[in-house]
Amino acid sequence: MTRTKVWIASLATPVMIALLLLLAGSPSVRAADQPAAAKAEVKIDNFSFGPQTVTVPVGATVTWINRDDIPHTVVSTDGVFKSKVRDTDETFSYTFTKAGTYPYFCSVHPKMTGKVVVQ
Amino acid sequence: MPDKKQDLIDQRLQDLNNDGVDRRGFLKCMAWAGTGLVWTMSGGIPVSRAFAKGYGKDAGKGGDFSFVQISDSHIGFNKPANPDVTATLQTAINKINAMPHKPDFIIHTGDLSQLSKPSEFDTLDQALKGASAKQIYFVPGEHDMLSDNGEQYLERYGKGTKGSGWYSFDHKGVHFVGLVNVANLKAGGMGSLGHDQLEWFEADLKGRSASTPIVLFAHIPLWTIYPDWGWGTDDSEQALSYVKRFGSVTVLNGHIHQVMQKVEGKVSFHTAMSTAFPQPAPGKAPSAGPMKVPADQLQRVLGVSDVNYVVSGRSLAIVDSPLVDSGSSASGESVGVDSTLG
Repeated sequence: MTRTKVWIASLATPVMIALLLLLAGSPSVRAADQPAAAKAEVKIDNFSFGPQTVTVPVGATVTWINRDDIPHTVVSTDGVFKSKVRDTDETFSYTFTKAGTYPYFCSVHPKMTGKVVVQ
Repeated sequence: MPDKKQDLIDQRLQDLNNDGVDRRGFLKCMAWAGTGLVWTMSGGIPVSRAFAKGYGKDAGKGGDFSFVQISDSHIGFNKPANPDVTATLQTAINKINAMPHKPDFIIHTGDLSQLSKPSEFDTLDQALKGASAKQIYFVPGEHDMLSDNGEQYLERYGKGTKGSGWYSFDHKGVHFVGLVNVANLKAGGMGSLGHDQLEWFEADLKGRSASTPIVLFAHIPLWTIYPDWGWGTDDSEQALSYVKRFGSVTVLNGHIHQVMQKVEGKVSFHTAMSTAFPQPAPGKAPSAGPMKVPADQLQRVLGVSDVNYVVSGRSLAIVDSPLVDSGSSASGESVGVDSTLG
């Protein structure tokens, strides 16, 4: 009887600790599983978006950075997102919470087009 | 650059005017941008003649008059291609003020500012106050409508205009139409006038005599110069169909920061230099971004366009002159001055 109690107590403590650690640690564990999923970058350079098509998982944040001497915008063709004008080295970020294909363009130079594919 | 693309460009340049001016001739023509070129329209036939021979000394007689086109001031731009665009605008204004004949007015064909900021518009206004011509007509460039759907621009420069800032006016028998092709641009497209403006434009021309000289001005070229860079206007053909019956039509544009011209029937097209920075010739660079030239060359690739209308000759002549006159520095500046086009 006494031995059993001791055994349970000695087993229970590490189990509790392990459970607590697992609970506390779970978000970082999940993020570490998919490091590339969280974000992607698109460079605006020479009046073009690169890469022109970027594929990301649901929940990812895409950041555009303008490397031109000329201001640009990042505007969803379907009205989903719209940046303010971005001058040299300025960025715009958008987090995609739904799967789908999101075509976009620069409303200042509409020949500049790109696509975000969210899976 | 792939040869195929280069061939296309060469072909395009050869096709300009369909006048036998090949690429070599065209480039020579481009060199004139750094020297000064008079381009006269006489009875619908365009002829060029040397700037050096002097035009405009007869202007001012009778109904004759002249006006000046400036473009692409990009106030607020401060990158290496020109760290002081306010100074070069000031030089352009000084040049206008020094003209032997005082222009009746100035037309600014857009991109007044770099980022549509109130402070940039303020700086432009301050500089233009010093111009000898007090009347200034504007059309917006895409840089002037970057925020608030162009409200800032319209409030300052678009009083009494329609839609996104289009309007017309008459001056000494010539009908002027300012068109806006930088608003509501569509993905993958070029410049656009849009249905409402086209409808207004058609109505605006109705009932006018075919002998009325017409001057159209807009920011992005109303003829297709280089679609890959968006240097054209998607629905310009429809707009130009409305002016076909007129005997003299002159189209003035900016946007491409270099002089280009073309004649199609009775319509002559012209783009002006910028007062801020040059841009590369079509397809000659990876993109249309600002072109950096040696500091001492900059003022040769910036400039103003002086447009003369002479009633007796039924002619309209355009003189493109750089901020620095060709005679004032060392070599090569007389290229093409005595040549003619047309």
